Amino acid sequence: MPITHPGLQLQRLAGAIPVWHGRIIEADLLPVCESVRDGGGRLVALWGSDERVFGAGFSLHVVLVNEAGLICLTLPLSAVQPDYPDISAIFPAASRMQRAAYDLLGIRARDACDQRKWLRHAAWSEGAYPLRKDFDHPHFGSSLRSPPPHQGEEAIDRSPAENGTQTHDDYPFVQVEGQGVHEIPVGPVHAGIIEPGHFRFSVIGERVLRLEERLGYVHKGIEKLFEINSLYDGCKLAGRVSGDSTVAYAWAYAMAAESIANVTPPDIALWMRALFLERERISNHLGDLGYLGNDVAFSFGFAQFWILKEQLLRNNAELFGHRYLMDAIIPGGVRAGIDESGKQTLLAECEMLEREVRLLRSVYEEHAGVQDRFIGTGSVAPELAARLGLCGLAGRASSQAWDMRVQCASAPYGMLDVQMATHRNGDVAARVIVRFDEIFESLRLQREIMANLLGGDDLAYPVSQLPANGFGIGMVEGWRGEVMVAIHTYAEGNPDRVHPHDPSWQNWPVLEHAIIGNIVPDFPLINKSFNLSYSGHDL
Amino acid sequence: MYQIIKQIIRTGIKTEAAPLPDETMRATPARLQQQILDRLGGALSIRLVDAGSCNGCELEIHAVNNAYYNIEGLGIRFVASPRHADMLLVTGPVSRHMMEALRRTYDATPDPKLVVAIGECACNGGMFAPDGGRENYASCGKVSNVIPVDVAVTGCPPTPTAILQGILTAISRQI
Repeated sequence: MPITHPGLQLQRLAGAIPVWHGRIIEADLLPVCESVRDGGGRLVALWGSDERVFGAGFSLHVVLVNEAGLICLTLPLSAVQPDYPDISAIFPAASRMQRAAYDLLGIRARDACDQRKWLRHAAWSEGAYPLRKDFDHPHFGSSLRSPPPHQGEEAIDRSPAENGTQTHDDYPFVQVEGQGVHEIPVGPVHAGIIEPGHFRFSVIGERVLRLEERLGYVHKGIEKLFEINSLYDGCKLAGRVSGDSTVAYAWAYAMAAESIANVTPPDIALWMRALFLERERISNHLGDLGYLGNDVAFSFGFAQFWILKEQLLRNNAELFGHRYLMDAIIPGGVRAGIDESGKQTLLAECEMLEREVRLLRSVYEEHAGVQDRFIGTGSVAPELAARLGLCGLAGRASSQAWDMRVQCASAPYGMLDVQMATHRNGDVAARVIVRFDEIFESLRLQREIMANLLGGDDLAYPVSQLPANGFGIGMVEGWRGEVMVAIHTYAEGNPDRVHPHDPSWQNWPVLEHAIIGNIVPDFPLINKSFNLSYSGHDL
Repeated sequence: MYQIIKQIIRTGIKTEAAPLPDETMRATPARLQQQILDRLGGALSIRLVDAGSCNGCELEIHAVNNAYYNIEGLGIRFVASPRHADMLLVTGPVSRHMMEALRRTYDATPDPKLVVAIGECACNGGMFAPDGGRENYASCGKVSNVIPVDVAVTGCPPTPTAILQGILTAISRQI
């Protein structure tokens, strides 16, 4: 049992990772959160669900983690006035999750100091809550341009408000005042090949006094879409919550579904999943290390790392049918296996990467110009990281020693003895070092996995339909950090409510701190060193 | 420095031959005169707009910049402002929250301009608009619901070769 509290009944859920679930009463929520925090635990996710069709009200779900595993608390809320005590004073990372839960479901954190909207811009109006089962969205058809005929610009409808659809988003940014302070608004369309988001810098000269983020631009109603997808289509959708973490999301989704169905995938499938996840980690780290070089005007780094990444992607396509391994994981197992010649290809690739990355690491480390830009830039001290709940790769670079492959090792990681990479400087240089270390560790893991991968078994066991009133959680250490997917079923059959959670929720607010006191031109570098997801956050 | 130069020489040239245009990707008949196409084809500037994608297509658009596809070697480059661009690459089902930004970006791009929709979602809504590109409360569906599209490159995500092919189709003479 990860935590005890008088009157709190927790039940261990079936499945690959240690998860305890239980109902909690309102009076216990804050004391339990405090006791988890005081014991070194963190907040993982917070979301709500609409259970009014069953004669109940709404529910708030809070997932916490400590050394013993995951603790999921469900707090029933009234159907008429759904609110709950604010937990952001205990876990600052909860603030944006609470605001999003209000925008999407209309459940409010009482007395929270920031009550501004978060994911809602202008697509739906205040008082409408898309994730409520009775949400009826007005027909937007006529606000769109009628399909093709090419008539040039005049054909495009530009009136701002039609059918009550606003296009303008009023958002009260925090204003910084004083002599010489000015604002630089950036985005949502950025000057590069990146996802959209808005950054509001308040600066004096070149130094940043404050950064405020405004996200939600790529909100495309993923959670609502999950309601109408079958179990297997839901897994495909999960794999597209954030395309760069498709393996992590598909695995977490499958893990949650398997927990509800009480199915354990065949051994070979678990080994294959770990192989896919480590390949996803290596490929993203290679890409980021290339771009980090590019962002300090060292284009040699970009060219070299992206050659390595391309070779890895081509091997993925050849052996597993997809460059990014999309849809390779399905509930109950995997779609693609590997044969002896495939293993040889990957072993040769491991050797090549090991050699090349070592060489490039020494080039980065010995390059004075590169190190000058990396060291001391975008620093997050360990104490701040702990207080704000910084997690994943960026957390480990600021002494937050959490890695789900170590603490909540699902099979097969329990047998792999993963060596966690950490650093305590918390700057761009530390995040670069952690990335390098993780590449080498993932290469070691790949070799180990292939030694354990024996052919002959089924690749997947069928998961036909999920039982009614089920609840399951899957959590995987993706390359960016811990990716969690929770599934609720009400009736027998398909998932009724799915909540995917990206580690970027925890880390975006910390980026606002990392930039303070740095110069504006270093922002792209700092941003890239975190490389957070917009799509995974905006849902 | 020695190490860097040695590595560059050891790596050699990785660039592969560019693919040929593919007429099946054309969403609307070519409308620019040959003279303009020739000019654009000589030095094309592209602005990417992620209008709601999952970031999968962006990964492949990054990849067309790597040494294997070497898009800059063809005289094509990505620019930081739509005002400098001849072509927009648009990814994603257009989220309602990006609709206005996409329209403004389109307006800010000087004529003559081309639009290439990249990826399944941009071409027909993909997984995010299950009813053939139709909109929902949060998304407007395919890109052509919002701005005119010249060339559509499907795939989830499309390979770098297909992306390159789409770009080259847009600036080639219609057969």
